Amino acid sequence: MLTKRIIPCLDVKGGRVVKGVSFVNLIDAGDPVEIAKVYDEQGADELTFLDITASHEERGIILDVVRRTAEQVFMPLTVGGGIKNLDDIRNLLLAGADKVSINTTAVHDPEFIKAASMRFGSQCIVVAIDAKRVVAHDKDFKPPLTWADDPKYRALFLSNSTLHTPHSALKWEVYTHGGRKPMGIDAVAWARKMEEYGAGEILLTSMNQDGQKTGYDLELTRAVAEAVTIPVIASGGVGNLEHIYEGFTKGKADAALAASIFHFREYTIRQAKEYLKERGVAVRL
Amino acid sequence: MIAIIDYGMGNLRSVQKGFERMGHEAVVTRDPKTILDASKVVLPGVGAFPDCMRNLEQFGLIDAVHKSIRSGKPFLGICLGLQLLFTESEEFGISKGLDIIKGRVIRFKGPAFGTPREACPRTSQSGALETLKVPHMGWNSLSIKRRPPALGETPENSYVYFVHSFHAVPEDRSVIATTTPYGFEFVSSIWKDNVFAVQFHPEKSQALGLSILKRFGEQKG
Repeated sequence: MLTKRIIPCLDVKGGRVVKGVSFVNLIDAGDPVEIAKVYDEQGADELTFLDITASHEERGIILDVVRRTAEQVFMPLTVGGGIKNLDDIRNLLLAGADKVSINTTAVHDPEFIKAASMRFGSQCIVVAIDAKRVVAHDKDFKPPLTWADDPKYRALFLSNSTLHTPHSALKWEVYTHGGRKPMGIDAVAWARKMEEYGAGEILLTSMNQDGQKTGYDLELTRAVAEAVTIPVIASGGVGNLEHIYEGFTKGKADAALAASIFHFREYTIRQAKEYLKERGVAVRL
Repeated sequence: MIAIIDYGMGNLRSVQKGFERMGHEAVVTRDPKTILDASKVVLPGVGAFPDCMRNLEQFGLIDAVHKSIRSGKPFLGICLGLQLLFTESEEFGISKGLDIIKGRVIRFKGPAFGTPREACPRTSQSGALETLKVPHMGWNSLSIKRRPPALGETPENSYVYFVHSFHAVPEDRSVIATTTPYGFEFVSSIWKDNVFAVQFHPEKSQALGLSILKRFGEQKG
């Protein structure tokens, strides 16, 4: 049967792997190609690179990392960070990436996801959603999105925006720019919209949990996983193997992304899979 | 030498690198003569069925595919390269395929699969709803019915990497080499004479996938 995927994620900055705690305090964790090889040997199901420098001048660095990795590792490779146009996608695919993950550009220009999936196929377009639990609603907040004023989108925006439903059950807001900018969009509605626009997969990160090592936001993961018919990758917060197990069972995720527990050799991928298998989760060993 | 047919779709370098890693020389080409001169031919493919057929036509490669297959040399189809061999596909209406294998390529459908949201609104409260996601993406197992040379001693229930929303339904069930469970047993590879075609991606299936490319490269032309 189709197995649940374990995806180690390498946050790459200036050609080196780093892992931050809630996107600050970056700690150097090594060479991406060497780490990719270790994960390949351990039986990782896929690999994700997130280029967190993502300034446009430095795109050559990530392309080189992707090229060198794809020479050595024969498993699916996703690359995200700083993708702004169709050429960026094409260059990454040609360098050896199988999928690209898009966040900020999708929020600013949803039509981009339509164009990208038409051109390259849904199978290689992953939409990354950074979502944060809403603790306080700011009535005066204006979403920084030009398309949000377009009547075509207003229905989605008004019915789902956290701004207009201060007492509703809507709980998670989409953020961009590495979790710095709130967008006033409901994360679950956004995931559905992106599926409609041709996304082949959702990479869902809880901004609250990321780097905390206290587990995924299971409620968020489940809400999104049940709202879309495309696969959902849970991300943000794994501190131990039970967290991954819960992501699959309670969170209903199709894949689990984790970074630091694998980088710092707290667990190997094989240990994670053995743990899951013992508990009845279908994994590839 | 192995010719990998390039018709402007997908990342063909990874197929080439897979062969190279296994010690087989492979070229990515859209030159019909190179394809006809090669000892083995690979038809890869990622993307939409009608686009791929149109590109094959535009690059004048349809004849080269037919001739390669007729010549009897080992031929490997990968993912969309399997689907294109069939009579037709229902991706974006009905599109004609190469019609080398009789049958149709259809979308994963039925009660077990998620339907587009517009047709079937769901809420996060209805926790009981369990559906299979489309695309079928990830590692799934092979149930081996017949053993073409490229499969060799590949163990039953080996895991390989899939990513697709459509699957092939051959009229003649005897061409099936492997099936894979996803709601039902779908056809994950076919084998007819010199043609072996797989729905999964051997070039993305780590050591097991590379072993399939290795054995394909070792076949006598």
